[in-house]
Amino acid sequence: MILAQQEPPWFRWSWVFDHLDDIWARTQEHIALTAIAVGLGLVISLVLSAVAIRFRRSYTPITWVAGVMYTIPSLALFALLVPVTGLTTLTAEIGLVSYTLLILIRNIVAGIDGVPAEVKEAAIGMGYTRRRMFFEIELPLALPVIVAGIRIAAVTIVGLVTVTALIGQGGLGFFILRGLNSFFNTQIVVGTVLSVALAVTIDLALVLAERALTPWAQRRAST
Amino acid sequence: MGAAAGVDLMEFLADVADWFLTADNWSGGDGILSRTFEHIRLSAFSVALAALVAIPPALWLGHTGRGGFLAVSIVNIGRAVPSFAIVALALPFTIELAQAGILSSGLGFAPTFLALFALAIPPIFTNTYTGVREVDRGMIEAGRGMGLTERQILTQIELPVAAPLMLAATRVAAVQVVATATLGALVAWGGLGRYIIDGFAQQDNVEVMAGAILVAGLSIATELAFVAVERLTVPEGIRRSAADQVAGAKAV
Repeated sequence: MILAQQEPPWFRWSWVFDHLDDIWARTQEHIALTAIAVGLGLVISLVLSAVAIRFRRSYTPITWVAGVMYTIPSLALFALLVPVTGLTTLTAEIGLVSYTLLILIRNIVAGIDGVPAEVKEAAIGMGYTRRRMFFEIELPLALPVIVAGIRIAAVTIVGLVTVTALIGQGGLGFFILRGLNSFFNTQIVVGTVLSVALAVTIDLALVLAERALTPWAQRRAST
Repeated sequence: MGAAAGVDLMEFLADVADWFLTADNWSGGDGILSRTFEHIRLSAFSVALAALVAIPPALWLGHTGRGGFLAVSIVNIGRAVPSFAIVALALPFTIELAQAGILSSGLGFAPTFLALFALAIPPIFTNTYTGVREVDRGMIEAGRGMGLTERQILTQIELPVAAPLMLAATRVAAVQVVATATLGALVAWGGLGRYIIDGFAQQDNVEVMAGAILVAGLSIATELAFVAVERLTVPEGIRRSAADQVAGAKAV
């Protein structure tokens, strides 16, 4: 542990300028941890949602299990995994992915449930198969609700990634932890501000992506 | 030490079971019982104080319809700022206050309490505001027509109608606070997080696992306790819609 400098000022720009490379590397690590978690979480959630929609009875047990995982504090979940998978990225990702599931599954199912029945009937009338209808009709129309879920999941995961610093990962959380241990505020502030900025940036990027993917919603809004 | 092989894992779990069966681990100032109690006490205190501070302005703003943007943003801000960062940021503040002689110690209780209190405010504030805002306008007009004062409209119509959502919000806040209290161990507070943090520091996986089980158990118990209260006090249909509507952040 590095001991505190005497009377450290609240924020030292000199530290920031001296550590730009380090900060950039940790930011990239943070983005990678988040992207993998949300990406994998989305794939798993789509599969589980498809199961829940096809077999209605499975919805309650699926969300129940996802809900229990969601309730377990991240530090405890990582701690439960460390004896098995060690202080690794795998441990971090298992925990992070499991936190996306409840948010994503709920939104995917709610979004697809919200597709108007007459649209689906029209698709069936036009000879769409169940699978084609899911990918070409239901999924695109549910996109706004699904993206809303992805946004919440992404912002949540950006925050939770900081906790993985305690198991030797952490991206920007690394600075928060080191600042905490050495009573060096600058590092805490850098870690926090960049983590919040990252969450806001990713959130905005997802809004823009949604607009690009749902041009029909735009047209409706402008008329 | 990763206990990857099945046999090692079984042995490891037996060690964890042994840990729980050791009487010494349960008693005393740093035993399971006193740490659990400490964890619950600080969490309850933080949520109660946050409710006390957040509910009156949220009710008033909801009643007048002012400050809508603030009320909606505050929960999003709460979601974007990592709880871990809130705990870390609380520490320099309390140390500063201790140096100024306002607090006797800047470590332990003070930063943990400050962080938990700050965390519990957004969900309670936002959902109370939303709950009051979304009361059926017709009901309020009817109340006004019957000659109720603004105060009576607030206490006799808006508050009871918003109550289920407020209760759901308190559940979200409480679960989040219980989870984040675990991080108090990083700023020299006690609670159940101590087992995990100390276990990490001493590379004692048995203690880490035991702490994880205790923390996970307490979080789930908190959730279930609130669900039970909601079941007893809120009719099913309203409970469902409150659960769907409640806005909050993932417990860290």
